[in-house]
Amino acid sequence: MSDTKKTLTILHLYPRDMNIYGDYGNILVLKQRAKWHGYKPEIIEYNPGDNFPKNVDIVVGGGGQDSGQDKIQADLHKIGPTLQKLANSDTPMLVICGLYQLFGQFFQTQDKHIIKGIGILDIETIAKSERLIGNVTIRSKQFGDVIGYENHSGQTFLNEGAKPLGTVIRGTGNNSKDMTEGACTNNVIGSYLHGSLLPKNPKIADWLIEQAATKKYGSFKPGNIDDSLVPLAREHAMKRPR
Amino acid sequence: MTKIHSVLVGKAVRHVARLRGGSGSALPGLVVEKLDKSFVTKALAKLPHGTVIISGTNGKTTTTKMVVELLESQGLRVFTNKTGSNFSRGVAAALLSEMNARGKLKADIAVLEMDEAHAVHLAEKVKPRYTLLLNVMRDQLDRFGEIDHTAKLLHRVATATTNGVIVNRDDSRLLSEKFIGDLTADVSSFGVSNRLLQQFPSDDDMRSLSIKKRESLLNNNDTCLESIDGNSIKLTYDGKTKKVDLKVNGLYNMLNAVGAFALCREIMGEKINEAKMLDALSKVTPAFGRGEDIVVDGLPCQLILVKNPGGFRLGLQSFDPKGYAVMIAINDNYADGRDMSWLWDVEFDTLQPSGVSEISGSRGYDMALRLQYNDVSFLHVDTDLKRGLKNFLQSAEGKPKRIYCTYTAMMALRRELGKIADVKEVK
Repeated sequence: MSDTKKTLTILHLYPRDMNIYGDYGNILVLKQRAKWHGYKPEIIEYNPGDNFPKNVDIVVGGGGQDSGQDKIQADLHKIGPTLQKLANSDTPMLVICGLYQLFGQFFQTQDKHIIKGIGILDIETIAKSERLIGNVTIRSKQFGDVIGYENHSGQTFLNEGAKPLGTVIRGTGNNSKDMTEGACTNNVIGSYLHGSLLPKNPKIADWLIEQAATKKYGSFKPGNIDDSLVPLAREHAMKRPR
Repeated sequence: MTKIHSVLVGKAVRHVARLRGGSGSALPGLVVEKLDKSFVTKALAKLPHGTVIISGTNGKTTTTKMVVELLESQGLRVFTNKTGSNFSRGVAAALLSEMNARGKLKADIAVLEMDEAHAVHLAEKVKPRYTLLLNVMRDQLDRFGEIDHTAKLLHRVATATTNGVIVNRDDSRLLSEKFIGDLTADVSSFGVSNRLLQQFPSDDDMRSLSIKKRESLLNNNDTCLESIDGNSIKLTYDGKTKKVDLKVNGLYNMLNAVGAFALCREIMGEKINEAKMLDALSKVTPAFGRGEDIVVDGLPCQLILVKNPGGFRLGLQSFDPKGYAVMIAINDNYADGRDMSWLWDVEFDTLQPSGVSEISGSRGYDMALRLQYNDVSFLHVDTDLKRGLKNFLQSAEGKPKRIYCTYTAMMALRRELGKIADVKEVK
């Protein structure tokens, strides 16, 4: 089969310093589903100081501790223009929690210190003392109900250039005011949802793969994947306390 | 109110709580603390050998049990918080049950297992003579927040310690200059040889491909697990090498044994009876549910507590799956942590050849999804633990069994197993 030779390159942003909440699950799901859809996934780990690879089809990043965010800050700004170019040309990306915030315009710390983001997403984040923790369900036009787990003290507000990923049904989401969760621009999705996000929301995973495959090869034909566990895992997760 | 009164009231409440069928752990402790705020501090201050705190993310309960047994081999009478109620109310309750009505504790030394947050409160009040710090790993981040914050809590415990702090030198956060640089107590360490280090990956190495060589910064006063051959280990300390045949199995339990030995060497100093302590070391066993063997139909059924990625990964590496039927039970109650993200930081490759028989617990289907993405086959999922266990015992009949389980799942499974097998009561 010639299809099996079609490579999809998935760039894992800062696996060493930004990996604290199990967001590796997103990489694993993209890797396996790309394979099951008939592609050859290639994972590239990108850490501060590495050469940024030439061909990238999907970009994925996760959350980190404050110390991890400090370590990647300068490097992120160095590769920021490259990432912006990729985003402008519709490269699919998924960034969770810490990197979601840093993909925005800025992050204001609790002592009012401003940390500049790389501005791919038109969002602003302000640190609060209260930590928003617990199971979350959101409703998205594009992906239906999306479920996950949030754990953040930064509250994010969307400007004109960004659309929310969905509306919160249970939990808090971006902030304690407007019931939005996540942000989207072009094919870039930012979200606070861990869980990991993609295993129980494979529609998002397949959408990312479809965008990458269509952009690179002109078309996408989904494979036949056994997703029989997904509705069960979702159903049980939604029954659990916040 | 005088102290004798609070002891008597506490004992009475404990008695009533037990009659009502509770374990009698938290309520009497709460009552006595309300009556006498410095109850715990005052009781512990009278002990001739003071207080020892054992903290860290993984291994506290087993290590504390081992330390108690090693110190008893030296003729010391040891007070400990056996129930695993590792907070001050639990300590107050344990004190009550060990005291006579006059409030006198028949012990020479207190050895207390404490989680990071409670360890700080107790340490700053009680000023422990010795503290053993096992590791700082990701654990229930939904409750404690960041791992660096956890390290800061442990640093406060170490700062409040007067005589000696013993750290796991293979834990980069504990052996950092930042952590030990400003301590007034003597610092000593325990760990594994570089050869064994590959088998003990830390959380920091989780997503990077090569494991860095970690060298001890401390040349003296180090107790090292040099090599492992079956259940036999080589231990080096003080310029000596000793071979010890252990009863405990599993890498992490062996490392806990080494940590316990390092701590007890420090506590005893020159008064140590080394032969007796090594003999006691060879006899220590893990705490309940931490590699504990329960005999079901003449075959072992091993319970392995897993509560965070580091512990689960070590558990999977510590026990050879060959020949064993495996069940995994994942609950998401408050005590287990509600966030399932951690399952995605555990690699299940070692289970690929033989697969998993049964998956259970409130998040059984999250676990099943995790295995699907790891190409590990499984026979059956039932989120109900009673039914899950029943299925497992049937499908695994005639085979030794192993159950990886989160905390509340472990407690429920022990209760169920207690109906068909001899399960030690946890007091």
